[in-house]
Amino acid sequence: MNSAMNAVRRGLGSGLVQAFLVVIGLVWVTPLAGLFLSSLRSSQDSASSGWWKVFTSPGQLSFDNYSALLKNAGMTQAFWNTVLISVPATVLVVVLAALAGYAFAWLDFPGREAVFLVVVALLVVPVQIGLLPVAKLFGQLGLFGTIPGVVLFHVAYGLPFAVFLLRNYFAEMPKEMLEAARMDGGSEWRIFTRLVLPVGRPAIASLAIFQFLWVWNDMLVALLFADSSSQPLTVQLQSQIRQFGSNIDVLAPGAFVSLVVPVVVFFAFQKHFVQGVMAGSVK
Amino acid sequence: MTATLVKETIPPALGAVERARRSRRRARIVALLFVFPALLLLGALVVYPVLFSVGRSFFDASGTRFVGGENYTEMFRDPATLKAVRNTAIWVVVAPALLTGLGLILAVLVEKVRWATAFKLLLFMPMAVSFLAAGIIFRLAYDEDPNKGVLNAAVVSVHDAFKGTSQYPTARARVGQGLKAGPDGSYRTSGSVSPGQSVALGLVGVAPKDLPGGARPAYGAAHRKAAADELAGVVYLDFTPGGGGKQGEVDRRESGLPEMKVEAVRGDGTTAGSTTTAADGSFHFAGLKSGSYTVELPASNFAQPYQGVSWLGPMLVTPAIIGAYLWIWTGFAMVLIGAGLATLPRDALEAARMDGANEWQIFRRITVPLLAPVLTVVFVTLVINVMKVFDLVYIIAPGPVQEDATVLATQMWLVSFGGGNNQGLGSALGVLLLLLVVPAMAFNVRRFRRSQR
Repeated sequence: MNSAMNAVRRGLGSGLVQAFLVVIGLVWVTPLAGLFLSSLRSSQDSASSGWWKVFTSPGQLSFDNYSALLKNAGMTQAFWNTVLISVPATVLVVVLAALAGYAFAWLDFPGREAVFLVVVALLVVPVQIGLLPVAKLFGQLGLFGTIPGVVLFHVAYGLPFAVFLLRNYFAEMPKEMLEAARMDGGSEWRIFTRLVLPVGRPAIASLAIFQFLWVWNDMLVALLFADSSSQPLTVQLQSQIRQFGSNIDVLAPGAFVSLVVPVVVFFAFQKHFVQGVMAGSVK
Repeated sequence: MTATLVKETIPPALGAVERARRSRRRARIVALLFVFPALLLLGALVVYPVLFSVGRSFFDASGTRFVGGENYTEMFRDPATLKAVRNTAIWVVVAPALLTGLGLILAVLVEKVRWATAFKLLLFMPMAVSFLAAGIIFRLAYDEDPNKGVLNAAVVSVHDAFKGTSQYPTARARVGQGLKAGPDGSYRTSGSVSPGQSVALGLVGVAPKDLPGGARPAYGAAHRKAAADELAGVVYLDFTPGGGGKQGEVDRRESGLPEMKVEAVRGDGTTAGSTTTAADGSFHFAGLKSGSYTVELPASNFAQPYQGVSWLGPMLVTPAIIGAYLWIWTGFAMVLIGAGLATLPRDALEAARMDGANEWQIFRRITVPLLAPVLTVVFVTLVINVMKVFDLVYIIAPGPVQEDATVLATQMWLVSFGGGNNQGLGSALGVLLLLLVVPAMAFNVRRFRRSQR
């Protein structure tokens, strides 16, 4: 009797839980659906009614905004700039951090522990504090307003986390494995490329995805360091936000394009991404 | 030291020792080559800027005059930066606590459904979306016009479902044609009427396209005779489409106004009856005692429609942006806490269940205390990230409301680059941001050192 009642109560409870989670899920999807559907409507439609009107008048939907976006030279340039910033910034961080991470884990040099603690401390330094001094420095070096400047800044501020992550991962490698390789007379470079990098692949993948999304999604750094010819999508879109109401036909598809790349990367490599984010907590 | 000793006493080993020393030096050089590129960038673009900013924060706007701590006192005197400090405090107090709580609840609940993985993926996905895109998404959702912003559309439809909507916000009576306006926006007949009579109440100001779908001509109803104990009448739109009608009279093609609330009011002001009009605008009050009445159209018929909440107004803009932030970060909190949940000892939970503890007791007495370390990590991570929030505020707050929503990071930007052009104060704000994360820095270093033992 009692157990039957408990079962009923549990069944009811799980029904409520399911309903609650479905509602939360809908709340999470709706804003995104709103952006996508808005991106398919003309500016006149967006000015007079909300995106849910498309459910009653599906004729409003068209890809005109997207083809206009393709013809918009500023937008396509900004898209390529985003790629030209994100890819090198990711590759460089991975390479430099793998080298340093290996050295911090397995090579001996004076001050190793102390320097690594400094790197750990740098994990949380806000980029804001670097903006002004680095802008001055880049001004003197002729890097201000260029893609390499933006890339270098991203690399520098991505490094503490990257070195931290890879050093910890490399340090878990069995000592015997490395010693055996050294006994065989392999140079450190050879050991690094033939042994450490392949073993470290999962961590490197997490790092690469995490860093790529971070740089792809950045607006603040590029807002300062990129000029109009080197600015990425986020900055290009941001410049149109003042007339938000009348620019929805540009902003919504632009935002959607800028969001599709990271979301696809996220779904393709979700496991690595989640691991990267989890390792990067307390960053 | 030992090496020297060995060298002197056993000369034949000299070559081997020398070789060992040389190879050790070589190994060190190799190690330095490995770390050098990373350290160079970190030194030049992170460490040096921190030191530079600290120094710069003691100089004035142009950087030529040493002003000591003036920029730091200015920060708490200037209303704009003070506002930023306050808003950042609100963010830090509200957002991490909400997120950790929500993440904990969802992490526990999602374990009970079969589609947990899909749900986690969905909620985690916004982490991959840029703050800019999220900002645009929520600028759309928070639009004040309930016809355009989905949030206000929802709020208005919930409000209207409970409070009802007025059908005729624009309708009004012509002056001097049988109706007079009350101070609250209602209308009543200017003369009194008694049972057995019928009245025709003409209104204007309703565009024919705004008439309710079922509205029918009022002509027939207007000429029906009222019974002796009955007060009858019609509320109609005193406007003939295409022109030609007579003002103050129900013409053949003039429409009734359906669903209008009508009340019969006694001479002493009490209500004798209330009803709503039919499709042709007709109404009647039956079973009335003889006497004199007035017919009233209550103000609720003409109330302005509810417009929803001004999400991005000065009052609500910070909570609204925090809402967008929740959309982005809840999945993170949930997944991290969920991972912690998976490592909890199953037998402790089972034992508690066997002892007859209910789910709530298990949650409070066992799950939460055991999860405390994970919850701390999530909370600290969120505090650090919340302090640096920039893009969301920059994008979501509309221009004029920007100063009400401003936080340290946006204010630092504005002061240094966005027209303020006071790099002394800007540097001081940057240093303040850094000081705020120093506890997190110490936390990280301590945690790392402990993990190395």
